[in-house]
Formats: sequence, C-alpha cells, structure tokens
Amino acid sequence: MGMNMTEKILAAHAGVEKVSAGQLITCSLDMVLANDVTAPPSFKEFDKIGGPVFDNTKIALIPDHFTPNKDIKSAQLAKSVREFADKHDIINYFEVGRGGIEHVILPEKGIVAPGMLTIGADSHTCTYGALGGFSTGVGTTDLAVGLATGKAWFKVPETIKVELSGEKPHDITGKDVILTLIGMIGVDGALYKALEFTGEGIKSLSMDDRFTISNMAIEAGGKNGIFPVDETTLIYIKDRVKAPYKIFNSDPDAQYCQTVRINLSDLVPVVAFPHLPGNTKKITDIGNIPIDQVVIGSCTNGRIEDMKIAANILKGHTIDKNVRCIVIPGSQQVYKQSMRAGYIDIFIEAGAAVSTPTCGPCLGAHMGILAAGERCVSTTNRNFRGRMGHIDSEVYLAGPQVAAASAVLGKIAQPSDLK
Amino acid sequence: MALEGKVWRYGDNIDTDVIIPARYLISFDPQELATHCMADIDKSFAENVKKGDMIVGGKNFGCGSSREHAPIAIKTSGVPVIIAASFARIFYRNGINIGLPLLEIGDDVNKIKSNDTLRVDTSTGKIENLTSGDVFQAHPLPGFVEDIAKAGGLINYIKENKHND
Ligand code: SF4
Repeated sequence: MGMNMTEKILAAHAGVEKVSAGQLITCSLDMVLANDVTAPPSFKEFDKIGGPVFDNTKIALIPDHFTPNKDIKSAQLAKSVREFADKHDIINYFEVGRGGIEHVILPEKGIVAPGMLTIGADSHTCTYGALGGFSTGVGTTDLAVGLATGKAWFKVPETIKVELSGEKPHDITGKDVILTLIGMIGVDGALYKALEFTGEGIKSLSMDDRFTISNMAIEAGGKNGIFPVDETTLIYIKDRVKAPYKIFNSDPDAQYCQTVRINLSDLVPVVAFPHLPGNTKKITDIGNIPIDQVVIGSCTNGRIEDMKIAANILKGHTIDKNVRCIVIPGSQQVYKQSMRAGYIDIFIEAGAAVSTPTCGPCLGAHMGILAAGERCVSTTNRNFRGRMGHIDSEVYLAGPQVAAASAVLGKIAQPSDLK
Repeated sequence: MALEGKVWRYGDNIDTDVIIPARYLISFDPQELATHCMADIDKSFAENVKKGDMIVGGKNFGCGSSREHAPIAIKTSGVPVIIAASFARIFYRNGINIGLPLLEIGDDVNKIKSNDTLRVDTSTGKIENLTSGDVFQAHPLPGFVEDIAKAGGLINYIKENKHND
C-alpha cells in the first residue's frame, strides 16, 4: 500500500520509511513561523526550556497583525519580537516597510518550498501546501518548543482527496473554489484531516488561486491543504527558492478516507454569509443586500492577481457613495507591483483607500473596524461574529471580483451586474 | 483527577474569536485574558464563572485561530476541563500542550444541559451527570499525548526529557 504526499513528507521528516493515518510521530522542522500576536507569549515558554534557538536560519518572525503598531500595548508586543529576533540573529525577520503579511511574503521570498515541513503559530500557515509542502498551524507552546528544539509532534492525519475536473471559467477565482468546497463539506468537514487537491482541473489554477485555496483549508477544519508540484509551481519557485528542495508525489495506490469531486467548469461566484465560512450561497441566489464596507486584501486575497482582478473591475468606475472600500496589498512587493501596473491609481481614482500591508481589519484589529449593524464584503477568510468589529456587524466572504463589483454597486454583486 | 462542577453549555462551532476576541490580544497576561473570556458570546461568563465550573460545547469547539490565548483564558477562569462533541485541531493541541484536559464525547454531549452538575475523572475519561444520572465515557487520549497531558503540558514534558530523543 502506497503513501500520499502528506504521509511521505511526514515520514521523511520523522526519519522513518513509512507512516500511516493515526500514527503519532515526532518530526524535524524546516521552518518555524510566528507573528506579533503569537510570538511574544511563546518567548516566556521558550525561556523555561532554556538555551539558544535550534537554527536561526529556519525561523521567520513577522510583525503583521497589529502593525504599523496600532497602540502602545501592540507596540510593546512588536518590540519584544524585534528584540528576540535581534538577540537570536533571526535571518527572516521582516520589519514594517520591508515585509507584509506572513503568508504572502514567505512564498514570495522563497522561504518556503516544495517538500518542506513548516509549523507556524498562525492557523493560516496551511497556505504553503500550495507549493507541495506540509505546513500547519500550531499554538504558542508548540511554537516555543519548535524554536528551542526544531521538532514537533504530529498525529498522521487521514486524507481527503479533492478531485478537481474541468476548467476554471475566467470570472471564477480560487476563492470561489475553496468557498464552494467548504460549503459542501462544512466547517468541520476536514477536521483532523489533510486535504489533497488533485485532478486535471488543477492546470487551470494559477499559483495565486492555489495559495487562496490552501490558505482556507483550516476553515474546513483541515490540518493542511496540499497541491502536487507541477509546471505552475516550478515557474513560481524558480528565481525565488535558493535552497535545495524535494518534490513528493502521491503513490497511485495511496489511501484516502474520502473523495470529493468538483467540476470547475460548473462553478459560479460564491459568497459566505455570516457567521460561518461554510454558510455559502451562489451569487445568483442572493437578493438585494446593501453594504457599508469592502475590504480587499489579507493572506487569502492580498496577492498581485487579486489586485489585478479588483483593478480591472474598478477601472472607470467609482465606489458607491455609501461604501468605504479599503484595499490592502499583502506585501511591499505586491504594493510596488500594483503601483507600477497602475492599479493603485485606479483604486484611488475610484475612491478607495489604499493601505500599507497589514492584517488590520481581517481580524478586527484596526484599519477598518465595523460599527454595530454594518455590513462588509471582504476577501478575508473568517466571518465569525465580531471578527471585524462590533458583534452586531456582519462579514460576507467573497473573491476579489465580487468584492470590487460590490464596492461599485453598494450591494453584494458580481462583475456582470456592472454592465 | 476527579473533578466536580457546574456546566456552562455552548453550541456548535464555538470559535476562538468569541472565546477571546482579537481586540484583547494586545495582552497575553492570563488574568487579563480571563476577564474577557467568552466576551462575544456570553457576557455573563467572565463575571459569574466559579472555580471548578466546566464548559461543555458541541461540534468543532475552538475552531478558527491558533491563538493559545483562548484555552489560556478558559483555564485561568478556573475551568479545569472542557467537554465537547469534537474539538478543532489546533485548539485541541493547545489545550493538551498547556495542561487543560479536553474530553471528546461525540453525540453524548446532547445529554448535558446548562447548570447540570458533572463529576469528571480526567484520567479515565469517565463523566457522570449527577443531575440526570447519565454516565458517559470520553474517547481516550492516544499514545504519548496522554503522557503530555499527565506531565501537565508540553513544556513540563520536554523538561522531563521524554521528547525529541
Ligand atoms: S490576514 Fe487575517 S487571517 Fe491572514 S494572518 Fe493576518 S489576521 Fe490571520
């Protein structure tokens, strides 16, 4: 009996020939990640273990949640991260103005690669599965132990195969694919499990589509969301990844606990209604829902392709007078590329506010908090009660094309409604 | 360890944003986190919870963010154990790692109501509902995860040198 990609990567990092679902293993880590919210509490735990960090080149510390610091307390948090990075000579520390959102910059800078095992004290660490690595979110204590020992314990997950057939239509984004999947299997449909995306449909998914899809594996309860490495992956990592990497492929007789099939050709834009990412509706089944705010950004949809999609729709239009549209490029590089391509001009001319890279409103931290009763269409990943502000506010999750069209029309809409 | 306490009952998919909203994450002082515990779903919790009270949730308890602030806020509120139909993966890890026992009992959770009194043996997983008379058995912890729980959390376990060869 063969192994799938997830099992092979875990086995290789546990130093064993073979693993199977349910087995408990200890793995060595290729990358350990944390941010300004999760790193500071781990330093205390790290000190209890004592000693230096396991490898200063295999740690990434990125202040992105409350930065640029929103108040004095968050400034203290960011300061403690900066001091730790300095003391331990952490190579991959990205200061405000030189980085961006962790899950946008790690792939962008070639810090994560195929076959790598990454843990991050952030639930959306699963993003890097898009590159054919195993990556998953952990908490503060696992992080502290990872920093000190370079190891973590895992239970080998069962794997759900997601077979994508057909071809993605031009008005559909990776966000519609993953929201459709979560709508099908539910927010705990992949609980404790790996999601592996396969099938010929993958060919029509860009790298940025794949990052969006892997990013939201956690919203189905998944441990990771992994893609095979193909031409698209290799083109993306060329010139980015400098270190040697290894490509793992699932065996033809690998085990899966379940198969879910999606024909990409059939998809329509989808919106997740409050207050769960699995609460999805097809855009064609949505009535008149007026909105107050639109957010385009985050680790889910803050990449260059998202900026391009939004700019192409906003070009020549103006944001509805009752809507605040906030656009947040996910990294300095995405910001610069957007500027060069003329997207930032388009956003500003349409009447949008463009922000420096930050998580900001995605977690209700700053840069666009909602008042009671307000509604937001957001390209972020969670619409839990109170996620973006007041507990009586509402977040509707969608792709960048729906977000941009909604900003113009002042209600939830798709691009074809603009004509 | 045998525990006895009164139940605070919550539903399915209780997410980490309602357990401890992000606006409070500018602090990681456990006492301060505890004063905001469950703020966005049950304002009365932080004010009225008593040491030894237990939280009982439905499916996918603790879904969402990896913030360990969430189980820390609950533990510091004096809650010695959480019982649920199932737990979200990262929350489950975090609970084990900080030494907060989490017991999974599937659909049996529907036989527990708010204000019931439970007697729980965290080492055997036996749960008695003293109010209704029902008895449940939680799924056992696998392999060395039980050792981590017994050591009182991952840091203690590491310090006892049993982990990582
Ligand atoms: S953008 Fe949102 S989901 Fe992504 S890391 Fe930041 S807070 Fe988390």
